[in-house]
Formats: sequence, C-alpha cells, structure tokens
Amino acid sequence: MQKKFTQLENFGHSLRAPSYLIKTNIPEEISETFHLAKKIGLTVTARGAGRSYNDASLNGGGIALDMRGMNAITRWNKSTGEVTAQPGVTLEQLWQKVEPDGWWPPVVSGTMKTTLGGCLSTNIHGKNNFKMGPIGEHVLEFTSVLPTGAEVTCSPKKNADLFYAMISGLGMLGIFTSITLQMKRIHSGLMTVNAWPVQNLHGHITSLLDNAPNYDYIVGWMDAIAGGKTLGRGQIHGARYLHESEDQNPQETMKLEKQIVSSYMFGVFPKSMMHYFMSPFVNNTGWRVINTGKYAASLRKHIFRQSHGAFHFLLDYVPNWERASGRGGLIQYQSFVPKETAEAAWTEIIKLSHKNRLPSYLGVTKRHRPDKFLLTHAVDGFSLAMDFKVTDRNRATLSRMLQDFDRIVLAAGGRFYFAKNSETSAETARTFLGAEAIARFKQLKKRCDPHHLLESDLYRRIFG
Amino acid sequence: MSDSPKPAQATPLNPRRRGIIVGASDGIGAALARKLAKEGYTLALVARSKDKLNALSTEINSSVNDTRTLAYVHDVSNYAEVPALLSKIVADLGGLDLVVFMAGVNFPPGLNNYNFEGDRQMIEVNVIGAMAWLNPVSEMFQNAKAGQIVGISSVAGDRGRIGNPGYNTSKAALTTYLEALRNRLTRHGVNVLTVKPGFVKTEMMKAAQGSTPFAIEPEKAADDIYKAMSKRKQLIYTASIWRWIMLVIQYIPSVIFRRMSF
Repeated sequence: MQKKFTQLENFGHSLRAPSYLIKTNIPEEISETFHLAKKIGLTVTARGAGRSYNDASLNGGGIALDMRGMNAITRWNKSTGEVTAQPGVTLEQLWQKVEPDGWWPPVVSGTMKTTLGGCLSTNIHGKNNFKMGPIGEHVLEFTSVLPTGAEVTCSPKKNADLFYAMISGLGMLGIFTSITLQMKRIHSGLMTVNAWPVQNLHGHITSLLDNAPNYDYIVGWMDAIAGGKTLGRGQIHGARYLHESEDQNPQETMKLEKQIVSSYMFGVFPKSMMHYFMSPFVNNTGWRVINTGKYAASLRKHIFRQSHGAFHFLLDYVPNWERASGRGGLIQYQSFVPKETAEAAWTEIIKLSHKNRLPSYLGVTKRHRPDKFLLTHAVDGFSLAMDFKVTDRNRATLSRMLQDFDRIVLAAGGRFYFAKNSETSAETARTFLGAEAIARFKQLKKRCDPHHLLESDLYRRIFG
Repeated sequence: MSDSPKPAQATPLNPRRRGIIVGASDGIGAALARKLAKEGYTLALVARSKDKLNALSTEINSSVNDTRTLAYVHDVSNYAEVPALLSKIVADLGGLDLVVFMAGVNFPPGLNNYNFEGDRQMIEVNVIGAMAWLNPVSEMFQNAKAGQIVGISSVAGDRGRIGNPGYNTSKAALTTYLEALRNRLTRHGVNVLTVKPGFVKTEMMKAAQGSTPFAIEPEKAADDIYKAMSKRKQLIYTASIWRWIMLVIQYIPSVIFRRMSF
C-alpha cells in the first residue's frame, strides 16, 4: 500500500485539496488504511470517480482512498436482474453489462462516470425520481467495512438503521465493499421521447407536475437568462420505456454499439476538444445567444426514439465540458423545493440572479418525491439545478447571492443535495435536515467510527 | 497547538490559501504573519516561544474575527520532530500552498574571536533547520505539482566578511540550497523565492555591530515579500537598494576586500 501526496480536485475544478492518495484493490486494504490513519493521526475519505461538484470526495491534508481499483462485477443473474458489484464499478460498466441482456439500472445520474460507492453515499437520483425514488430504494443488500474494523451486511430488513443511514451517509460511517442492486427489465434498446416548449415558469412547473405521471422520466431545460414574461421558459423532455410489442427487433436495438454515443463529432472531430471552442461563449452575452437559439429550436413539439445511453448521459456528450468555465471552475446550485412553493421561490431566485448580473448558464428541472433515507435531499416537489462559472471577480457577489438563495429555499421548505452544492453551511444543513436527523446521524457516527477516522472536507463543512 | 477553534472549511467561493511560517514569533516573521492573514491566508505559526506565539496568534485572530492562525511550538533544531509536525499541520490546515522558512539565529563572535558553539548553532538553525523543513515540503509540493516556498536568507550570504564568518557561511549555504530547490521544483510548478533582507529593525539587528544603513521596519520587509510572492518572483532584496549595494560589493576584488574593515 503506497501513499502519495497528490493534488486532488472536485469535478468543477473549483477546489483543490492536496491529500495522501492510497489506491485500494482489495477489501483488506480498507482496514489496513484505517489502521495506518489511526497510527499517524490522519483522517480518511473514500473517493470514487471524483464527479461531485463540491468537496464530497476531498480530504485536504488527509488520506483519500481511491476506490476505483475495486471494480469487479462479481455476480450477474440475467433471469432475476440482480447484480452484485464492488463499489468502484461505474454506472458505465454496470449498464454495459446488463443492457444487452434486457435490463437497465433503475436509477442513473446524468453522467455514467460515477462509481456505485459514490452513488450510494450521496444517494443519487435520476430523471425518474418521482417514480423510482433514489438509487437506495433499489439496493437489495450491501456490505461495508467500518472504521472499527467490523464488517456489516445491511438490507432494508437487516441492520436497517445502518442501511438507511449509510446510503446517503456521504461515506462517513463506513466504506462499501459489495453492493447488490435490482435492475429494471427493458423490452427495447430505445425509448420514446416527447419534447415540448414551455413559455414561462408557471408553465414549466405545471407541465412537469401534470405530465410526470404519464412518463417514466421527465426533465426540463430552463433558459435561466430569460426574464420578464418569459422568465422560466424552456423545454420539457418526457420519456417512456417501450412495451414488448412496440419494438419489432429488440435484439438489434439492445446491442451495445447502438447505445454508445460516439466520441467524435461528424465522425472525425474529437468531442473531448469541444470545450476549447465553448469557452469563448461562457459569458453573459454569449450564453444568452446560445439559450435563445436553443429555445427557438425547442418551439417545435416533436416525438422521437432515442437509445437509453443517449437519453440518460447528456453530460457525457461533451467530455470535459466543465473545463469550458475556465480557471476558476464552476459550481452548481441545486435547490429542492415543495411543489406548492416552487414557483414563488424560483421566481425570486432567478430575479435575484438577474439583478446581480450573475445568471445561471444552465438550468435543469426535475420532479421529485420524498424518501426514507436519513440525510435525504428529496421533497414532494421539484429541483432546479443552476450552473455558475466562478471567477476571481464574481466570487464575493456570487457567495452573497447564494446565501440569499439558501434563505429563500429554506423559507420555502426546501432542501439541498450534498453531491452538488458547495456553499451550504452547517447552519443551513441543520435547518433543513432537522436537529433530530443530525443527532441520529452523529449517534451512528459515534458507534461506527469512535475515533473519527472517516472525515471529508464536506463532513467538516457540514458536521464539523 | 493553541486552543483556537478549527479554521473554516474552504469552499469554491471562499477559497483559503494555506501557509506555514517557521520562525513566526517576532521580527519579519510576525509582520509577515499579520500581512498574510490580512490577505486571506490561513496560517500555521511555528516558533520556539510559546508565549509570544500564542499572543501573536490571538492578536491576529481577534483582529480579523476569525481563526486565521494556529500556533505550534517547535525548536527548528529538533529535526526529528519535523515530519510528524508537518503532517499534522497540513491536516489541520486542510492542505498547503505556502511555506516560509524564516527561522534564523545570529551570534557575532566579535572581530578577533572565534566561537565554535555560536557558529555551530547558526548552521544548525539557519541551514540544517531549513533542510529539515524544506526537504519534506519540497517533496510534497513536487508531488502535488503546486506550491510556493519562501526562504529568508540575507545579504550577509553574498560575501564572506571579517565580522561574522559563521553567519555569512550559513546564509550563503541557505541561498545556494534555495537556488538548488528552485532549479529542481520550477519544472513541477513550484515557486521558490529567496529573500535577502539588509538591515531590518528587529531583535537580530541589535546584535549587529557598527552602523546599520538603510534599515527598514519589519512591516516594510513583509510588504516587499508579499508583493514578490504574488508575482512569483525568484529573488528579492529588501530594501531594494541592497541589490545595487551588493552588486558593487560582490565585485570588490579580493585584494581590496581583504583589507576592508567590514
């Protein structure tokens, strides 16, 4: 086991945390790392793909345990759809394993580069959150090594308190070693996608609310730069799985090569270089032009069929897109607001961003429902994710503005997601999680990790 | 470590540069600590004197109403202690962007005296102490491919003079050591700044014999160092006039220099 001092970053390239990186390949090395950490007085955090926008997988000055070496799919039952995998397995590996056999992961993030360990720790959701809940609801069982050295197996029935706390627990109670998930049956490699425009925020929210029950997935794009009567305008995509009879030749559409999005544009131009050409547009004027063009194009209502791979992993279309934001990187602000208060809260938020001349360049909306996990971010309502470019000049204003956003969201009964927001304060977290949930989490933390070996920058920010 | 609460976590919108000042308790070290804290750094202050260190740390923290400094008592010649202390500091700060090696002692032996004990201490603190700290720091920064090292040498290292052979030697060695680190580390994205102060109105200056021309306040030296750090310079004299003075002194032929009385 080698530890090497390395500069680690978050996905948005907006934070740097020099840490001792240890690569693990076998579960035994996790306990060894805990021993080492205790001996030399350092803390440990597990790190998967490092795709979080904030400090969830960073541990400045401490040990970052790179889990990507533990990436075997150990059991796959194609008749029941049960799959068992190590925590370093990515969603990409997972769907490529199960899709050709007629299955699909029930919950996926907007990128397929994330690891299962990371997905469970933050309890990710997809565009079907209103229907399928977060990924945790599809976990049949997992095993985990605690900092005490004990190994525990958890399911909704067995060690249920740990099951509902470790999923969503930000990797602060133990480190996953094996995860068993239930996949969802599909009857085609394609989905039917409906796309339609929405003229303003009221239309946007109503459209998500009314149409969600008719689809398996629903997601909105919001032109967060548009103001006045068009504030909140955008485009909704609703998608549903095909029934058995709808695809004449499922064997063909389910082939892996039909799912994989080409990494070249027009067959020749590498998409990984696209961000160089995007960066000149990542400013208020350039992006207004792009949004207006995109909105004009969305005015045409249309229906089309799209592969699962292409529909879900929008963020992977342009690799390294986040680099287009430049040196200061980017951050994401995602708020989860109850359906009754969403319109008023988001109107206030978007207007405030215009007033500060700091509009979000990308707004994405989704429909959600609550779940039973301890550190849940879900509400019966909607989420709006906003991307902001960080520069030395806008830092102070942006910081003040996001604090105002937090106040608006909290007043509206909203919540935040620990994989995304980087500025959420301990006080804000206490308000939306509630003192009881935090006390419960800390109690479990004490039981699983009496010597405080598991800590991340995120943990210190929220619970420190 | 002092009992101050932990410094706040850095976020993308409230980034924090993190630095260590070895030899922070008074003189230029204390002035630079005040300056860097004001500029937003979170600092580990390392020095021998617990009382001075805690007083400085408390003074800075209350002036900015935030935990910007943590205090660590350490004697630079206690080399074996360095690796564990460095690792603890980096963990407490949550990372590391800057290390300033400021620790230095000066024992002028007197014109006709030879003082091995004093010379030895100057080498032990000014040179070996720097190596004990900056070797592991360099390794960290080289691996992280980022960072900044500031070493406080002296104009005294530019020539060997009759007044203080041991001090001249220690500072010449430090200057060369820093130059070598610079040549190693620049290619890894690490900046190494050598600072050569002339006379600065500190405790150490009181030990200097004779006149002290162009003496500056420690605050002025700290401002100069901060400016040079920000521009990622490689070498500065403070006050800047010493660059020209030392240029002349360096070119005085030995046949004349041997006969001079300074």
